[in-house]
Amino acid sequence: MEEVKLYGFGPSPFSYRVIWALKLKGVKYEYIEENLPMKSPKLLQHNPVHKKVPVLVHGGKPISESLVILEYIEETWPENPLLPKDAHEKAMARFWIRFAEDKYPTLNTFFRTVGQDQQLAIKEALKVLQILEDQALGNNKFFNGNTVGLVDISFGWLAYWFDCIEETAGAKIIKSNNLPRLHEWIKNFKQIPVIQENLPSRDKLLAYLKTKREKILSCIFIPNGH
Amino acid sequence: MAEVKLFGNWGSPFSCRIEIALKLKGVEYEFIEEDVYNDNKSPLLLKYNPVHKKIPVLLHNGKPICESVVILEYIDETWEGPSILPKDPYERAMARFWTRFLEEKCFPAMKQASWSTGEEQEKAKEEATELLKILEGTLSGKKFFGGDSIGIVDIVANFIAHWFIILQEITGLELLTQEKFPKLGQWLDDYLSCSIIKENLPPKDKLTASFQARIQAATTSK
Repeated sequence: MEEVKLYGFGPSPFSYRVIWALKLKGVKYEYIEENLPMKSPKLLQHNPVHKKVPVLVHGGKPISESLVILEYIEETWPENPLLPKDAHEKAMARFWIRFAEDKYPTLNTFFRTVGQDQQLAIKEALKVLQILEDQALGNNKFFNGNTVGLVDISFGWLAYWFDCIEETAGAKIIKSNNLPRLHEWIKNFKQIPVIQENLPSRDKLLAYLKTKREKILSCIFIPNGH
Repeated sequence: MAEVKLFGNWGSPFSCRIEIALKLKGVEYEFIEEDVYNDNKSPLLLKYNPVHKKIPVLLHNGKPICESVVILEYIDETWEGPSILPKDPYERAMARFWTRFLEEKCFPAMKQASWSTGEEQEKAKEEATELLKILEGTLSGKKFFGGDSIGIVDIVANFIAHWFIILQEITGLELLTQEKFPKLGQWLDDYLSCSIIKENLPPKDKLTASFQARIQAATTSK
């Protein structure tokens, strides 16, 4: 069997997408932690275009971009399928996976802002989350139906990182009363053994996010005379 | 009643991609023109794409599929004929990587370089040039991004071969030239010579006129 290596970064939800997919499929791999923002020569060699994690290297061949890696994992290790078999359902899954990618910045803007800007950002985030609640999840337990799939993995950061981001930014967006089904999905997703056993330390994540937000806010110009 | 319908617009590179793919596979379809540039979207479009309210939307046996690249993958998996994506998983991953690169990096930068002005445009031109250098590199030893024949990356790159080139001519921008990018220059010639591409791109004069009208409207409204 060819060697599998994963270059990742502890606090990064994107790295965890790949970890979860590999673990759900029972694929053995070697994990290499990148000490970001410093990038190792190997990382730069394997991902010269974007110079980012995660990068999966299988039999010496690198694959970059978490969502590209997820599809590669699904096609290379077909056991425990994470995408529907039906072509239309698979297309719907890919649609939501793209949505997860496209809306990631919108869902994170409130972390990078304060005051009125933050209020606006929260409103925009809520619109996106409402779409997830009503149209993506519907009455299903998971985005993939009765079992987790790549769509759940793509949104997985909402189940753990989001709450730490909320805490650091001083906002509470996903609640049991405004987004009940999403709130329930978060609980169910975190209860899956592979997910539960593969999450970063909450304390370390909070410390990392605190420093990150401080750096971002120190760059925001605050006008005089308020 | 047609089994396959495509909601699109004559001038959209996104719906054009789908027409190329359907023709490649020999699929008969009904094209439904949506007046998107005048924000005059039909109730059916809004019904079939409630999340984004955009074209293209492919309707197959009454079921809608949205987002051009998702549709391209669906077409490849549903109908026999020339492959749009490679068969090997690693090659497929590379095709998907470059498709995303085109969509997320090249398209916005080249659009910005074409439509913005002043400092914003200078920055966009620099970025677009860097991205074109990367694309030039990936064509090493290959006729098309897909190898010997066009594939998904070539299809998604349609905006470069036609829309961007036309905008360059109108605005006098000289970002993508044969001298600066010989491999891309050759790719442009080979790509535009493919009958499946030639026959499915919107007419150059019509697109030119439409761009010129937009530029005129933008300058008079200032």
